[in-house]
Amino acid sequence: MIVDARPRAARPAVGGYLTMALAVAVMVLPLVWMALASFKDMDELYRLPIQWLPESLAPTNYVTATQTVPFGMFFVNSAVTTVLGAGLKMLLGLMTAYALVFVDIPFRRFFFYVVVCALLVPQQIVLIPNYALVAELGWLNTYQGMIVPGLASAFGTFLFRQHFLTLPRSILEAAELDGAGHLQRLWRFVVPLSGPTIAAVGLVSIVTEWNDYLWPLLVIDRPEMMTLPVGLTLLMNFDGVPDWGVIMAGTVLVTVPVLAVFFLLQRRIVAGLVTGAVTG
Amino acid sequence: MATATSLPDAPVRQTGAHRAPRSRPRPRYRNRLRNWLIFAVLAGPNIALLVVFTYRPLLQSFYLSTLQWNLGSPTAFPVGLANYADFFADPGTPRMLAVTAIFTLATVGGGMVLGLLLAVLLNRKLHFRGVARTIVVAPYVLSGVAVGLLWLFVFDPNFGVLSALLHTVGIGSPDWYTAPHWALVMVIIVYLWKNVGYVALIYLAGLQAVPRDLLEAASLDGASPLRSFVSVVLPLLGPTTFFLGITTLLTSLQSFDIIRAMTNGGPLEGTTTMMYSIYLEGFAGGRAGYSSAIATILFLVLFAVTVVQLRFVERKVHYT
Repeated sequence: MIVDARPRAARPAVGGYLTMALAVAVMVLPLVWMALASFKDMDELYRLPIQWLPESLAPTNYVTATQTVPFGMFFVNSAVTTVLGAGLKMLLGLMTAYALVFVDIPFRRFFFYVVVCALLVPQQIVLIPNYALVAELGWLNTYQGMIVPGLASAFGTFLFRQHFLTLPRSILEAAELDGAGHLQRLWRFVVPLSGPTIAAVGLVSIVTEWNDYLWPLLVIDRPEMMTLPVGLTLLMNFDGVPDWGVIMAGTVLVTVPVLAVFFLLQRRIVAGLVTGAVTG
Repeated sequence: MATATSLPDAPVRQTGAHRAPRSRPRPRYRNRLRNWLIFAVLAGPNIALLVVFTYRPLLQSFYLSTLQWNLGSPTAFPVGLANYADFFADPGTPRMLAVTAIFTLATVGGGMVLGLLLAVLLNRKLHFRGVARTIVVAPYVLSGVAVGLLWLFVFDPNFGVLSALLHTVGIGSPDWYTAPHWALVMVIIVYLWKNVGYVALIYLAGLQAVPRDLLEAASLDGASPLRSFVSVVLPLLGPTTFFLGITTLLTSLQSFDIIRAMTNGGPLEGTTTMMYSIYLEGFAGGRAGYSSAIATILFLVLFAVTVVQLRFVERKVHYT
């Protein structure tokens, strides 16, 4: 029998494990409950005392959910707005940060402040004027209406600039002597040297775009243009008793892609979250 | 070209940020024009978008707040500061401010305390702590709407798992759906569940920057773990705490999707915060001018907070 050589350390460790298990349980159990409920029919859901496990794993609720509302369409819309939104935002951020750091013009600092001060403007104050503008342009219920108003990159530009300032200038100067233009320097030298920052910021942007709710809710009211978070609430809007099984099937469809991405790439995403926090 | 050739002995091997020497000769006029052009091509689109979709609406919102105007209607009447007067005269306003204050204090304060405790726990040398860290952060990346609906089912007073658990310990389920104060508690719990992992993550980064020898010195001096936490670790976490306090305050004041999915501001406006009321007045009620007035008031609060934050970040950037 193995006796712990450090009995004083052993006891707090048990407490530590118990607390950790409790914390993990609080985080995981609601998600497990969602997954279980997505396989239960109405009768099982409303049975008292509560029934923990579903009787069958038949995907009835998933079929109902995808037939009541066009989930496939929501998925496509979410994918399009996320890829275009996050991709263009990254591109704008990279180009602006490069210009702010490496293109020599007067008043660079002023333009930097123009970009950074946008971080001071919260979303709710721009809602009504932007909605009015988008409506005037005839962009309601369109991809551009969803994407364009959120494209400008203030935060990404700020982070990329902070990173670019730490790049060794000698490499870029050598490239310039070799005759590489600005665009070439950006693509061939700056971008490859910034891989981790780009990946981290990119993943966080993707997660944010995927979950964005308020703006798409305002500019979209036609079901075929809705994104997943907006479309999900359609399952709630039926009269009478909510069919939790179908709603939970919908929430599984919305949460699983982002959870999968998170668990696969969590190191990078966590790095992105912390980078954002540490630099502002 | 001009930039590089004019940098004969610029320090080459430095790792940190460094600028070109000030004394270098100015580039020739043609090059300057070229640089402006390149700058415009690279940074122009982004700056233009910021002007159109951030700065323009910011200013326009101040103007809209002086109008009596329905979204989409072609006519608007200038009413001066009447919207602001209406806001402060509205009998519902004190209650809405109270809901906002309770929601904000509970989510920010509760989030910071729970997040710090979690971070301390996850910083200990335990097996599986890496897995546990990942799991604790996971809800932060989920859609607020999905999280809201999922928890709405957990809280279902008749058929929810929470009500079942409460029954097994002999307590009935509170009226989460119909009692305004319980609905507020419910929304706060869900908000904390979703966001506490982020706070823990940032605190964890802060904890890992605490020098080990300081803690060893404290323990050699006979300080208990609790004592050295309070007198050594907490002060060192000061900047992290300050940063988190401000950013989580901003996020909390702007939170929308959980409230929308779970309560839609009800019951009896028990979960209508300022942010939510901007949405309700402007988009459900059609009072765009009044809504803009509330947005302006909220903006002024947020602006004050953010200015403090930026000054703090500036200071921190100088130190590192």
